[in-house]
Amino acid sequence: MKKTLLALSFLSTLTFNSYAADYVIDTKGAHASVNFKIQHLGYSWLTGRFNTFEGKFSYDPTKPEASSVSVTINTDSFDSNHADRDKHIKSEDFLHASKYPQAQFVSTKVENVGAGKLKISGNLTLHGVTNAIVIDANKVGEGKDPWGGYRAGFEGTTRIALADYGITYNLGPASTHVELTLQIEGVKQ
Amino acid sequence: MLKNTLRTYGWIAIILHWFSSLVILALFALGWWMVDLDYYSAWYTDAPHYHKSVGLLLAALTLLRLGWKISQVSPEGVGNMWEKTAAKFTHIILYMGLISLFFTGYLISTADGRGIDIFNWLTVPSIGKWFDNQEDIAGDIHEWLAYGLITLVVIHAIAACKHHFIDKDSTLKRMLKPLTHNKEPL
Repeated sequence: MKKTLLALSFLSTLTFNSYAADYVIDTKGAHASVNFKIQHLGYSWLTGRFNTFEGKFSYDPTKPEASSVSVTINTDSFDSNHADRDKHIKSEDFLHASKYPQAQFVSTKVENVGAGKLKISGNLTLHGVTNAIVIDANKVGEGKDPWGGYRAGFEGTTRIALADYGITYNLGPASTHVELTLQIEGVKQ
Repeated sequence: MLKNTLRTYGWIAIILHWFSSLVILALFALGWWMVDLDYYSAWYTDAPHYHKSVGLLLAALTLLRLGWKISQVSPEGVGNMWEKTAAKFTHIILYMGLISLFFTGYLISTADGRGIDIFNWLTVPSIGKWFDNQEDIAGDIHEWLAYGLITLVVIHAIAACKHHFIDKDSTLKRMLKPLTHNKEPL
């Protein structure tokens, strides 16, 4: 029964995604990161990242528009290298990590812009609010790794307004938006 | 007069008690107020700085206070058996609550490996990160301990007033000024 199911799912993968390969984002080896930056008072950029997340994507270099990606982030892994700030950002004023422990991005459509660039449309759920966003992605590279695997890596950026996600704590007029940068390297399954 | 006797507190214990109580109430008020400050408030960075500085100084003072307490006899309790037991228990919990507050407060700000500056005089070094989400967990415990401690302080004060106004005994008086007349009943 299990084998039949496995064969069926394998078959369905073959049928619908004729060439697309499935990749798991290499969070174990930390060849991936979810980074953000936001203006501090309009005078500088504050950067940080989410340390704990997981995700997968499917990608076919001959048919990039058939790709898909999903990433789930643990919001309590927010890290800006400052304990007091991290505590505040994870509190009810911002991420409210105790109530909304996860943020998620699931792609809905991938557009091939050419030259390795993709426009990835999808839904971002953050702070309990889901909005459609577009991630500008470009392929960094793909190929065999020295240890018998096959990897593909992408860089993606997007910009979100905090207020769109119900985060309204006033950080000043220069700090209403956050720029997110995802560096993801996937290992082919 | 400086030292405790079985009948009364001495001046050192009295001064330590009242000075600590003022600092504790101020720290509670400051902490309660500062966590909701607007980012553009002039106090946004100063208030936590003072809270941490004063808190760590109070931690040092409390260690001295406990050292003094251990070196001294404690005046005997006043009232019936359950009152004496309850008083003793409350005092122990108050001290434990204080120590836990110092420790959890320290663990919040030092979770990133940075020390805490005491009024820019000296920096108390960090002992690093002991567990995941240390700043959040220590912060939650710190908050609840603070509410718990203040609740207990209120009970402690009500009990002192009850002894003073209803029982008309020397429980509060001997914490205001050392009792002198040895024959004076407690």
